Amino acid sequence: MAEVSAETRQAHWRKTSTLTYVILALWFLFGYVVPWFAKELDAASFLGFPLGYYFIVQGSLIIFVLLIVVQNIFQDNIDEEHGVAEE
Amino acid sequence: MNTQAQGTRFVDRLGRVYGLYTLGFLAFFALMAIIEQFGVGARTIGVLFLLFTLAIYATIGWLSRTMQVDAYYVAGREVPSLYNGMATAADWMSGASFVALAGGIYFGGYPYLGFVIGWTGGYVLVNALMAPYLRKFGCYTVPDFIGTRYGGNLARFCAVFVLVIASFTYVTAQINATGTIAARALSIPFEIGVWFGLLGILLCSMLGGMRGVTWTQVAQYIVLIIAYLVPLIWMSNEQGFGIIPHFGYGEAAQRIAELEAEYGLQPAAEAVAGLKVLTTAHFDPQTSLDSWKFVTLALAMMAGTASLPHILMRYFTTPSVRQARKSVGWSLFFIFLLYFSAPALATLTKLQLLDPGLATAVVGKAVEDVMALEWVKNWSAVGMLSVVDQSGDGIVQLNEFFMRPDIVVLATPEIAGLPYVISGLVAAGGMAAAMSTADGLLLAIANALSHDLYYKIIDPQADTRRRLIVARVLLVGIGALAAAVASLKLTGILGAVAWAFCFAGSGLFFPLVLGIWWKRANRQGAIAGMIAGFVAGSIYLWWTYTSGETWFSLDHLRFSIIGMPVSLVAMVVVSLMTPEPDAETQAMVDETRIPTGDSILAETH
Repeated sequence: MAEVSAETRQAHWRKTSTLTYVILALWFLFGYVVPWFAKELDAASFLGFPLGYYFIVQGSLIIFVLLIVVQNIFQDNIDEEHGVAEE
Repeated sequence: MNTQAQGTRFVDRLGRVYGLYTLGFLAFFALMAIIEQFGVGARTIGVLFLLFTLAIYATIGWLSRTMQVDAYYVAGREVPSLYNGMATAADWMSGASFVALAGGIYFGGYPYLGFVIGWTGGYVLVNALMAPYLRKFGCYTVPDFIGTRYGGNLARFCAVFVLVIASFTYVTAQINATGTIAARALSIPFEIGVWFGLLGILLCSMLGGMRGVTWTQVAQYIVLIIAYLVPLIWMSNEQGFGIIPHFGYGEAAQRIAELEAEYGLQPAAEAVAGLKVLTTAHFDPQTSLDSWKFVTLALAMMAGTASLPHILMRYFTTPSVRQARKSVGWSLFFIFLLYFSAPALATLTKLQLLDPGLATAVVGKAVEDVMALEWVKNWSAVGMLSVVDQSGDGIVQLNEFFMRPDIVVLATPEIAGLPYVISGLVAAGGMAAAMSTADGLLLAIANALSHDLYYKIIDPQADTRRRLIVARVLLVGIGALAAAVASLKLTGILGAVAWAFCFAGSGLFFPLVLGIWWKRANRQGAIAGMIAGFVAGSIYLWWTYTSGETWFSLDHLRFSIIGMPVSLVAMVVVSLMTPEPDAETQAMVDETRIPTGDSILAETH
């Protein structure tokens, strides 16, 4: 197998890190910021739920699943772009 | 090799095998429902459910037997992402998730919901920071990564130590849960039920190691998710919330808030030991202290998720890095199916008990009528429920209805008046949840001790046969020890579970993350991080648990909030004070970060 050059590794890791930070920022938003302000958000309603409560019991959970799926799609692209994808 | 050939063929037919299995289980369920109509007793049905599912798990365990090292430790690295997702979900959802979560939400309100966010959001961390890189590394166990990345037996030993403490705390809770369920279904004493549960657990894991555990966990996931969703759907349908209540119970939650205001959330006039009355609002945080409690609990649970070895090691079993990532997504999806159902279950059950407009209500009814209800009599008889007319007005008030939180899931079918076959199903589901988690944990402990302590540190010359025999002896020994501890009934199910997350988070989170994300992290730093974090967390736990005092309201459920920062600071400071890792180690980290190329550790090692 061809050796991966140092530049490629660096570029690949830079993009991977950026992607990870973006995902973690969203994770923080829906895992911590939104639940923190649950009471304020509860004034609004969504599908008959108080909004803050909705996020905690359902909305944030759905977003967590999506965050993983989205990160993996982007990561696959990054890997392919730099020629380090498997297969 | 013969077993290898069988294994490959089996992997190709997974869809058909588990499809037939699911149909078979549903057919069994239908059969039980029919024989109940013919007057077969509740007890018999409960026993049949337990024995039928146990027999299936044992059969899978027997068929997966192996004498190969990579099959034993990492299921031959041939588990497709979808099935690894199911296995992880079963591995993950413990007796506590299945039995206690809905009850906790019922009584705990907003602060308790931190568990729901924490136990799901943790997977974002697993995927973003850990799983793909650890898979690329090619380790058999989590201490294997620490030992190789940082080098040296001391680092490896520290990781083994933290792993053993965290997992052992957790596994006693699971064996406790299997004991409770077995005792109730088979009408045997709890102390014997515990050993019965252990026997079932060992049947799955002893012969096949990780391979056996993987394929039984997939089977157990199917049982547990059916057992969780069927009663919920049934109950919701009877009450007019539709077949899928998940998106429509918002009004029920709002109605509960109205009823709470009407009845008033008062503490009981006189407490009943071990039982609770409802005193927490269903969903609103009451003060900013509640918000603080929520986020600290969520953080402790998320970090614990991303450092608990029995979860991380599941991602070592996939064929590739990409499959490892995909399987994290599947894992969370399968976990999500239960976790977004638990609050719905808690809400609908609470509404049933509170809303005077519903036939099932108990609050606001005459005490003698409530005491005459069949399910109230059943659960009172075993001391898990109590109705006491403390105000002497002959009416059940909200603060006169005492319940043990973990019975919410188990008693719901009876409260809603569903046939007994549902209770049998729920018992089988709870058993599957507790067994699958116990299996994963026991295997994590035994593998760390046999691979990292025995093979890597004590006797590197040991041959395959000897290694696998040692692994199995340890598995049985640790299982027996855990069952003995569980029979002492030291803590409630949930307390011990949260502790496991905090131990793992305090000792392992930063050494694992920084091992991948910070090249400068070195051996001295990692050792300092593991020891300082673990010790600080443990001392804080001991202090807060014995004195009842807290710093910043951080109680014993979230002691890793103290342990983790200490671990981080110790690791960074000591790393920077000591020489950077050698070029070889740095190259190893670079190699870990890309999916292609050989794994760091050889396929079998």
